[in-house]
Amino acid sequence: MAAYLARRLTESMLILIGITFVTYALLYLVPADPVRQIAGRSATAETVESIRRQLGLDLPFYQQYWRYLTSLLQGDLGRSYIQRSEVSELILARLPASLLLMAAAIFAELVMGLTMGIISAVRRNSATDQTLMVISFIGVSAPQFVVGILLLYVFSVQLGWFPIGGYGTPSHLVLPALTLGIMGAGWYSRMMRSSMLNVLGQDFVRTARAKGLSKVRVVLRHAVPNALLPIIAMIGIDIGIFMSGIVVVESVFGWPGIGQLAWQAIQRVDIPIIMAVTLVAAFFIVMGNLLADIIALFIDPRIKLK
Amino acid sequence: MKSWLLAGAAGAALLTAAGMAQAEDKQGGSMIVTYKDDVSTLDPAIGYDWQNWSMIKSLFDALMDYEPGTTELVPDLAESYEVSDDGLVYTFKLRPGVKFHNGREMTAADVKYSLDRAVNPKTQSPGAGFFGSIEGFDAASAGDADGLSGVEVLDDHTVRISLSRPDATFLHVMALNFASVVPKEAVEEHGADFGTNPVGTGAFKMTDWTRGQHVVFERNPDYYQEGLPRLDKITFEVGQEPIVALLRLERGEVDIAGDGIPPAKFLQTMNDPKFKDQIVEGKQLHTGYVTMNVKMKPFDDARVRKAVAMAINKDRIVRIINGRAVPANQPLPPLMPGYDTEYQGQAYDVEGAKALLAEAGYGDGFETELYVANTDPQPRIAQAIQQDLAAIGIKAEIKSLAQANVIAAGGEEDQAPMIWSGGMAWIADFPDPSNFYGPILGCGGAVKGGWNWSWYCNEELDERAKKADAMTDPADAEARIEEWKQIFTAIQDDAPWVPIFNEQRFTIRSDRLDGPAGIFVDPVHIPVHYDYVSAKDAQ
Repeated sequence: MAAYLARRLTESMLILIGITFVTYALLYLVPADPVRQIAGRSATAETVESIRRQLGLDLPFYQQYWRYLTSLLQGDLGRSYIQRSEVSELILARLPASLLLMAAAIFAELVMGLTMGIISAVRRNSATDQTLMVISFIGVSAPQFVVGILLLYVFSVQLGWFPIGGYGTPSHLVLPALTLGIMGAGWYSRMMRSSMLNVLGQDFVRTARAKGLSKVRVVLRHAVPNALLPIIAMIGIDIGIFMSGIVVVESVFGWPGIGQLAWQAIQRVDIPIIMAVTLVAAFFIVMGNLLADIIALFIDPRIKLK
Repeated sequence: MKSWLLAGAAGAALLTAAGMAQAEDKQGGSMIVTYKDDVSTLDPAIGYDWQNWSMIKSLFDALMDYEPGTTELVPDLAESYEVSDDGLVYTFKLRPGVKFHNGREMTAADVKYSLDRAVNPKTQSPGAGFFGSIEGFDAASAGDADGLSGVEVLDDHTVRISLSRPDATFLHVMALNFASVVPKEAVEEHGADFGTNPVGTGAFKMTDWTRGQHVVFERNPDYYQEGLPRLDKITFEVGQEPIVALLRLERGEVDIAGDGIPPAKFLQTMNDPKFKDQIVEGKQLHTGYVTMNVKMKPFDDARVRKAVAMAINKDRIVRIINGRAVPANQPLPPLMPGYDTEYQGQAYDVEGAKALLAEAGYGDGFETELYVANTDPQPRIAQAIQQDLAAIGIKAEIKSLAQANVIAAGGEEDQAPMIWSGGMAWIADFPDPSNFYGPILGCGGAVKGGWNWSWYCNEELDERAKKADAMTDPADAEARIEEWKQIFTAIQDDAPWVPIFNEQRFTIRSDRLDGPAGIFVDPVHIPVHYDYVSAKDAQ
């Protein structure tokens, strides 16, 4: 196990370094010039060149990247071009809000998705099943921007149940978590449904039924725990999907997380922030996948370490 | 030495302002302003966007400022000033007893320190170039000297600034945020983080900044102007989409939607009777234009450029953006001194345009490209222009790109034959016609990476522009503006641009706010002159 973990962690490290290279190269190729963004339109040519030199942006690509990578490995993410603050400080100030939102979204999608999936499987091919599956289909396909604005309009503006965006109390959290979780809920309900159907057809379920256990008990005690296995592995991957979702959701709801930071940095070609947010997102995706594999390992003894 | 007492006039203006304050506006209360983006920085040497520009103006003061709601210069931290006869030496007498937010009194040494800092290359100030006329600028901005040799401290309350060339816009430069006075000890204490720990002499001081959530300003009790600011507190909530801000404003949770009315909701909001008294409309120092690259065929022929100018239906374009602008006929916006109210420009005349094209040898038209930023409504405006051009036989292909790419293309000599400036158009840094010439129509801007996308360079006009800016004697002020007016009319004879429209500003505010209408669409403090906003419910 320790050897497996060590190997996976080394791999993760290399993947992250690879990601910094790809991102840095892409940003280098973008025709927008960050120095002109910093210098503004009134700057003289000398000012522009002086800023370019100070930021090391006059160096050839490989030297720039090397400088970035060596500072990064020493824990220095640099300073924002636009805000001029330490990038690590900007990220740390915003990370808790994003983590809170993601945790709430995972909770929301599991509650909605699993409930729908279980009901659908138990009432297979009924009108309820079909209705729920249409809802899940809509959930999967609806753009988060639209869902977010719609929820805001109905529940905040019209009904006044929740605040219109913002951060701070649990009621601020509900709508963004629902928006972020709705797509996952759609996925989970479909996965849970097929997983449940698979389990419900197996021998041990038939045995449980034959023992005369109540239908509820058969479903909740015997079928659900077994049907959950493939789902749990998905949660780790979800974190990765959320990393792109929070960019939209945080912007709509004014949620002060790193998604919003990323969106603002991209518009202003603020390279150190774009790099850092990408790295944080990649870190969570890589760790999420690793976590998913480890969890699967624990709950399903059939998976063997190679 | 010629000396004139602007101080007296300004003092009178301040007195009237203070008198008005006592008569109409109680002090106290608070307001909430929302913005989509986090505040980038509040360092006056660095901040250069429409969001922090006005915030910085409320935290800091400079030697000069503008009469609220107008483009009229008045002394601010300077109590009075004198200009030498040759216009090269400015001596500013500082207002005594002005205190920084940290309690220390502001002195002439702070003025020098602040100007030196703004041009020091280590500061990376986007505004360094504005100080180019101060003696010693070249050495200081190259990092070869410790500071500007032309800025001298005579005593605690007197500072003398010597220029290397006469510059009629110099007092405007002294009113820019980049010229704000900062205390050395606070800058040195916070280093690069001064932008999040600002200390100035302004009407408000910053008391809290929570990343991604809010920035809080509170009244500076020591502010030197009696009766200001009116409010006790301003909370800037950030990260709010304009459409969400509008919804919250409707519910009374927000007082000013800083990013304005989102285009998609504009007509609906304007026609809504409940917003009728909450929207303030004003002019801004903005012109939207189509550039034609005079170095690329067939736009090297002025007749072709004029034909294009005659072919574009500006009224229709204004309708496309729901009347958020007024049609333009010259480069200068109507708010700018030097705007020619008599000038008619090129009238919309399709037949005339065709005839001109034929005369230039392009009777069958030609193919070209129109570059445009890819954010709404710019591509729609470009399509309207495309249709208008098609009517006289010009086939323009629309190149819709990210803003930064359009700017990059415009800065190349041979890349963009035509550009619609929407979203990137020039908005003046200060209300003087010269600011609308050099970078965008003068020879100096027609360089790689420059903003003169027409690549228009008329050396005779450049010479006249230089002479006009050397007219520093206040007695010549009117003659100078008149000369600028003629320069811009002369440019129109060459038609390197088609001026399309001047954008209007619309500020939406809650009905609990009060203050003279002009400050909600202040031409300099954009979007709002925060110092003069008052709350009706103040105790």
